[in-house]
Amino acid sequence: MEKQELKGKEIKLMKGNEALAEAAIRAGLDAYFGYPITPQSEVMEYLTENIPLRRGLVLQAESEVASINMVYGAAGAGARVMTSSSSPGMSLMQEGISYIASAQLPCLLVNVMRGGPGLGTIQPSQGDYFQAVKGGGHGDYKLFTLAPSTVQEMVDFVFEGFKMAEKYRVPAMLLADGALGQMMEKVELPAEGQFPHVIPDWATTGKKEGRKQNVITSLFIQPEKMEQINLDLQAKYKAMEIEVKSESINTEDADLILVAFGLVARICMKAAELAREKGIKVGVIRPITLFPFPTEVLNTTADRVKKFLVVEMNAGQMVEDVRLSINGKADVQFYGRMGGMIPNPEEILTKLESMMK
Amino acid sequence: MEQFLINPDCMVYDNHPVTLTGEPFHYCPGCGHGVIHKVLMEVVRDLGIQEEVIGVAPVGCSVFAYHYMNVDMQEAAHGRASAVATAIKRVRPQNYVFSYQGDGDLAAIGTAETIHTVNRGENILMVFVNNAIYGMTGGQMAPTSLIGMKTATSPYGRDAASMGNPIKITELLAQLPGAYYVARHAVHTPNAVRKLTKAFKNAFEYQKLNRGTCFIEVVSNCPSGWKMSPVQSIDWIEKNMLPMFPLGDIKVPDPKTGDPVMVKNN
Repeated sequence: MEKQELKGKEIKLMKGNEALAEAAIRAGLDAYFGYPITPQSEVMEYLTENIPLRRGLVLQAESEVASINMVYGAAGAGARVMTSSSSPGMSLMQEGISYIASAQLPCLLVNVMRGGPGLGTIQPSQGDYFQAVKGGGHGDYKLFTLAPSTVQEMVDFVFEGFKMAEKYRVPAMLLADGALGQMMEKVELPAEGQFPHVIPDWATTGKKEGRKQNVITSLFIQPEKMEQINLDLQAKYKAMEIEVKSESINTEDADLILVAFGLVARICMKAAELAREKGIKVGVIRPITLFPFPTEVLNTTADRVKKFLVVEMNAGQMVEDVRLSINGKADVQFYGRMGGMIPNPEEILTKLESMMK
Repeated sequence: MEQFLINPDCMVYDNHPVTLTGEPFHYCPGCGHGVIHKVLMEVVRDLGIQEEVIGVAPVGCSVFAYHYMNVDMQEAAHGRASAVATAIKRVRPQNYVFSYQGDGDLAAIGTAETIHTVNRGENILMVFVNNAIYGMTGGQMAPTSLIGMKTATSPYGRDAASMGNPIKITELLAQLPGAYYVARHAVHTPNAVRKLTKAFKNAFEYQKLNRGTCFIEVVSNCPSGWKMSPVQSIDWIEKNMLPMFPLGDIKVPDPKTGDPVMVKNN
């Protein structure tokens, strides 16, 4: 097949999953390994159609278990690599992610969440918040976790995810939901070939004369050594705190703050608008990085605002981190929908009104 | 002093190839792993490909293979060595890639990865060490444990009706179109070691052709797990293992066409 030239900057109307896949190619993706699962199968479909004409490689593995271990192998060999899946598939990958975190390999993981538990539903959910930000697999580790709320951020956070993964040698997670994956919006795509990747000197590329062998492993059988690896990881997670990102909207004069991530944050912005029409001063804080978590901004906002409402598409997961951040300074309540149901602005408004009585 | 007292073809022991790190093996006395490591690394040295080889270590007794093999290596999760090796070879097709796994790793927990790696015809060498037992965890039943064999989890002997039959995964894999070269060897006699050396050489040579997966089973022993002396375990290989797992080529490239063909009687 004849290879196409590098794409320039473009503005397009695209579906979330396809925009993410296009962004990955433009970000210089070397390899993608995956297994089909709704609602994110378009990612691999788009890549298998486009990569042969552009650059990189894509391989449909026999399972999510194989996919994540292929990600390990390719990352260990120095490639810029990613996988994507949806909730049940991400569960299958957890063991491999733990190994990747321990071996300190950079990679991008995408979870386009669907409703669970179990086989659940293919409709959108945020039920994997805990899994994404608390580690997910065995042992003490973290993923640099980004939560897009627009199709544009599905594009931008691919670049940001690779950047952070490579800067800190950690797996990065792009935590989206089924609606973001499926909906279409206008996106601005950056030009291809602007995000160079150098093969790191620790990668397994063949032991050249004069250098020691490179080994990628997560096995440190002496407890003293294993503890040191843990301390190093924790120090790195601490250092990552400078990368924290959040968005605050109309919080200056607010009497009540809505806290939400991803798609739900946009619904909350609409709910805040409706509330202000009714004279209730509502602001919104949207965590953009879920790990590191925007503890500081929540804590300082709680010095002034005494009511917080956390809205999520789950039974209440991020609300725990909001409560830890606010540390008793304010009343933190929760409103959630589960099982693939998306809350609408009106029901959030009803809850807001009940809190202001 | 470059004078051989014995015919070089008869050499089965070379003190210290540069392709080994020199770290003493941790393996039990009489275990086949040390010999297999050494033979594999001697072949890497003889072919002059140390700088181009990337290996994948398993979970099991040989989990620390990278402590001994002086090449770039990755340590895979239990069962996933061939998936890891697949990815390495895909992103670095110019390198030689091998995986090294035991029977529990390759033929139980990693069965899906094993079959699909060979089915895709990944251009790697898969080394499969079959000693019919889980050594590292303390001698439990393996997928290749023989009928009647006593292990920590088959204390009354393996019973086919309740525990299943020993799996001949090498024969199974040879049926797949992606398999280019499939053979079963052993390391219990000097002659067997010589044949294995040749097989490893063939496998790395074939990897250059990009024609598919090379898969070499090595029937080995586990004196500790089998609760035998090393000498008894060698005898047990001859009497019990080899009738079930006969040695020799199973699928080889046709000398004329280069296409892989099944060897008769297999």
